[in-house]
Parts: sequence; C-alpha cells; structure tokens
Amino acid sequence: MSNIQIDNVRKTYPGGIDAIRGISLDIADGEFCVLVGPSGCGKSTLLRMIAGLETVTDGTVSIGGRVVNDLEPAERDIAMVFQNYALYPHMTVYGNMAYGLKNRGVPKDKIKVMVDEAAATLGLSEFLTRKPGQLSGGQRQRVAMGRAIVRQPQAFLFDEPLSNLDAKLRLKTRVEIRDLQQRLGTTSIYVTHDQMEAMTLADQLVVLNEGAIEQVGSPIDVYNRPASVFVAEFIGSPPMNLMPGHIDETGLVTPAGVVEAPSGVRHGDVTIGIRPEHLHPVSDGPLRLKVRVVEHLGASANAHGTVPGQKVEMIASLTGAALPKPGETLGMAVAAENLHLFDPETGWRLH
Amino acid sequence: MVERRPLLTFIQHAVLIFGAAMFVFPIYLAFVASTHTAAEISGGVPLLPGSEMIRNYSLVLGEGISAAGAPPLWIMLMNSTIMALSITIGKIAISLLSAFAVVYFKFPFRMLAFWTIFVTLMLPVEVRILPTYEVVAQLGMLNSYAGLSIPLIASATATFLFRQFFMTVPDQLTEAARIDGAGPMKFFRDILLPLSRTNLAALFVILFIYGWNQYLWPLLVTTDESYYTIVMGIQRMANAGEETPQWHLIMATAILALLPPVVVILFMQRLFVRGLVEVEK
Repeated sequence: MSNIQIDNVRKTYPGGIDAIRGISLDIADGEFCVLVGPSGCGKSTLLRMIAGLETVTDGTVSIGGRVVNDLEPAERDIAMVFQNYALYPHMTVYGNMAYGLKNRGVPKDKIKVMVDEAAATLGLSEFLTRKPGQLSGGQRQRVAMGRAIVRQPQAFLFDEPLSNLDAKLRLKTRVEIRDLQQRLGTTSIYVTHDQMEAMTLADQLVVLNEGAIEQVGSPIDVYNRPASVFVAEFIGSPPMNLMPGHIDETGLVTPAGVVEAPSGVRHGDVTIGIRPEHLHPVSDGPLRLKVRVVEHLGASANAHGTVPGQKVEMIASLTGAALPKPGETLGMAVAAENLHLFDPETGWRLH
Repeated sequence: MVERRPLLTFIQHAVLIFGAAMFVFPIYLAFVASTHTAAEISGGVPLLPGSEMIRNYSLVLGEGISAAGAPPLWIMLMNSTIMALSITIGKIAISLLSAFAVVYFKFPFRMLAFWTIFVTLMLPVEVRILPTYEVVAQLGMLNSYAGLSIPLIASATATFLFRQFFMTVPDQLTEAARIDGAGPMKFFRDILLPLSRTNLAALFVILFIYGWNQYLWPLLVTTDESYYTIVMGIQRMANAGEETPQWHLIMATAILALLPPVVVILFMQRLFVRGLVEVEK
C-alpha cells in the first residue's frame, strides 16, 4: 500500500506569508493525481512538502500510512522528476541512474541489473555511457524519468516535467508518462500549470488557487461541473464564456438574450457560464454573437466576438461547413442543462 | 571571420613574434649566461650558449655556493616545493570547505563570517606581516615548514571564487542529490567537487605560483639554511657580501627556479582547457 494522505497541511513562510492554507487530500494507491493552478497558487510548494524539500508548518503528510513530516527526502521512498531534469552533468547516464541506488548501499551487480532494466523500459540502453550534455532535451527528460523509476519508489513526484520540451515532444512524452505509470502502477503526483496536461493525465484532478483547494474530482467531473468561476475559467480550452445575468419569472436573462433557466435556482443576480462547444447556431436562437474573428482549427472553428451593443466577449466553438464570416451576427442557442450558474459575489456554483 | 589581407596577416604575425621575443629574450639570456664560466660573462653576456652547462648546473645542484651562504640548490628547490604545495593545497581545502559552509548551510552569523573573509581580501600579506611574525615566533614555528606555509594559507580570494561558483550550481541539483540519499558531505564529494574541477585547476596554478614566488615571508621566518627557499636563495647569492656575485651560477639557479611553475602550468593547463572545451550543463 502506498497511498498518500495530506491532512490539513499548512505552509507559512517567515514574514507571515501563507503559501498553503490548510489542504487535505487523499491519493489512493496507484492513482495519478495532478495538481493544477496558475503560478503562485502553491502547487509546487505542496509537492515539495510531500518530497521533504520544504518543511511542513502544520498538519501531517503520510506516505503508505507512515507520517513523514520529519523524515529526510531520501527516507520517504519517493522519486522526483524536476522541471530542468537536474541531471548530474559530470556523470554518465548510467551514473545518474545508479547514484541513488549506490547511496542506499545496493550491491554493484544488482545496480547493474536494475539500471539496465530501467534503461530498457525507457529505450535508453544505447545512451548509458553518454553524459547528459550529449543528449537531446527529450532524452534528458527520459533519463530523469529513469532515475526516478530505477529505485522502484512508493511514489513519483513530477514538477512540471514537460515544460522544457517543444510542443510535439510534450504531447508524445505525456502519453509515455501515462503509459509508464499505468504499467508500473506507482502512485504519482504531478504538478502543472497546463490544463491540457492536467485533463489528459489525471485520475484525480486537484485545482488549486491561492494556497487552497478549489475543486477535487475526476477530470471529466471537474470539466462538466466546475465548482467555481475560477475552475470554470481555468479548465477548458477555449475557456468558458462568463457573463453577468439574473434569473426572474421570464427565465435566465443574459446580455445576449433570454434563455430557459435551469431548475432549482433562486431568483436574483448570477454569473452565467457557457462552454464554447455548447453554443450551437440556430438562426433565430435567443443568444446573439457579433463575430469578429474566426479561427479555423480543422476539425472545428472558434468564432470570437461580442454580444451586439455590449462589451461582453464570447467564443463559440463550431463544427460543420457553414461557418460565419467576420462582421456577421450569429444566432445561437444553448440547452438548459449546459448552463453553469455561479454566485456573482463568492464565485461558487449555485446548483 | 573570413579575411584575406596578406599585409594584415604579416603585421599581426610581426607584432606577435616581437611580443613573444620580448618575453623570451631575458630568459634566453639567463640560460646563455648559465652555460659560461664567470670570467666569460664578466664583460657582458655572449649571445650563444657556452660549454660549461653541465659543470655549472651540477655545481649549484650538488654543493651550492657555500661562499654566498646558500645551501645546495636541491634543498632549496625541495623547500620551495613543499611550501608552495602546502600553501596551494591548504588554501584550496580551506576555501572549498568555507565556501561550502557559507553557501549551503544556515547558521548564525553566516553572512558576518563571509564578510569577515571578504574584508581580509583588502589586506595584503605585507600589512599584517609584523603581527603575524610575532604570533609565529611565539608559537615556536620559526624555521619550520609550518611557519613557512600556515600563515599564508588563509585565503579570501579562493573562498570568494568558490562561493560565487557554488551559487551558480542549480538548487535542483542539490535537491535531486538529497532525494538520491546523498548527505551534505557526499553531495560535496560526489557532485560539487567534480563540478568545480575547472576552477580547481585554474586556482591550483595561480596559488602554486603565488606560493612559489613568496619572498618577504620566507626571508623573515627562516634563519636556518636548511629551510631557505629558492626565491630568497637567489637574492642571497646576488648579495654575497664582499665577493663578486657569481652570475653564471645565479643564472643557473634562476633557470632551475623557473622550471617547477612551468611544469605545473603545463600539466594543469591541459586539465582546465579540457574543462572549458567540454560543454556541460
């Protein structure tokens, strides 16, 4: 069993800055948990506290049922993959992977077997005698992964491991990481600011904001039912359309027209959220969009524009051949179950 | 840069050759002087080497110039080597460790310690030479290798250089080593030291020459001939009381005194040029 439990963990830096303001989280054995949030939300700090590189001000961190608050990183049986890989430049690939095992007093012949096996898993066998300086970015990233898996730790910690790669390689490596984690079944925590990475990798998605958890859930739950305006804006690309509105007897009054209100929401002011792909063109639809720019993505197209006569920006994701031209006004409709309503004051979901 | 201008190439080479000749000529002259008899060079040094080379060199190496109160040269060479090596190794060891402490550990008065070291950069050895002499004399270290080298070991320059270098080592490397189970000293030995190799080689050369060329300090703390160093030995030969200085032997001594630093530079140069050429990190 190597589940990770984080119980009411806080981090206060000298000077009274609260980086983490009481986070509780359970990560089951073998689960892939992604911490996502904008920069400065405390996701890296939380990861570093789990790794033992940062002290815990309050609360407990346990790995595999063992409280590790006061243990050195090496004693926590975890492995970490850093953003800039942090490979030892003067050691060969073999040396890099073997270093952790050597420090743990594993016999030499056993180290060789373990390193060879990990290298074969990652396709690094032919590079074992090279130094990191002679490898490409993608290969270095794999060596960093190799250094993590060779020790067969209880958990992998990833600190934005893909952000130094180019877009194409990032996509490929993302799949490789997921594949590797599924095969090894090792509990993993992955920090990223890229919502796409977060959506595609996670079993459990944790959205952080200003040192606190905004929402926890499976990626699809978070996408379908964002708990707050913050999550709604952060997850999804293009981002969710948000506009002010209110509910009365006629239905949901939006700047773009009146639509049917979802049931069970009190009358009054609301913030309305509509995903771009849930807007579909209907010539006499209740919502109007004056198109400014149309982006063709191949499979779909994004129509950017404003509500006629108002400042509210809207994006509609359209499929099909009949695409609008810039300057046209598009009539659109949205199904009531696809409306997201938030409290305009607190930002939390209303239904 | 692709340029084809024969005149420019000619001028460049002429300037370089002239410059090199300027540096080499005095050394050549010293070498020529060391291969003649005293009588032959008394009226001026000839331009071509003479026939007395082996006799002159074996004389200074074996017996020394007893009239000038100098011991055989090999003793002075050995003393200089011991002193220069102790100073070099001592300086490097101490400055590596103090820079390591200042950069990687948090302890009270850490910055005060660093600034104290830094401030001593501003004081040359000569400024504190009297109090230092007093301390060394009281400790009974006159006429000993310890007295020759220990007072010169404390080094602000090297500490400062290593500190600056350690601060450029990415934090994540330190963290990766911590996760890999390397304690502070293991990290120092396995990662920091190999990364500092280039700096070590460069400092070794600079500090060895610094130690080798010490003149004033050995002159003060040694009165026993068996602890004389070569640089002060040359000076004693030249000021040999009533007698005429035996220039052919002094020149032979000077040439021999040149050799060890040259050997160190040649050896270390290979190391740090390789360090510079290898693209790492």
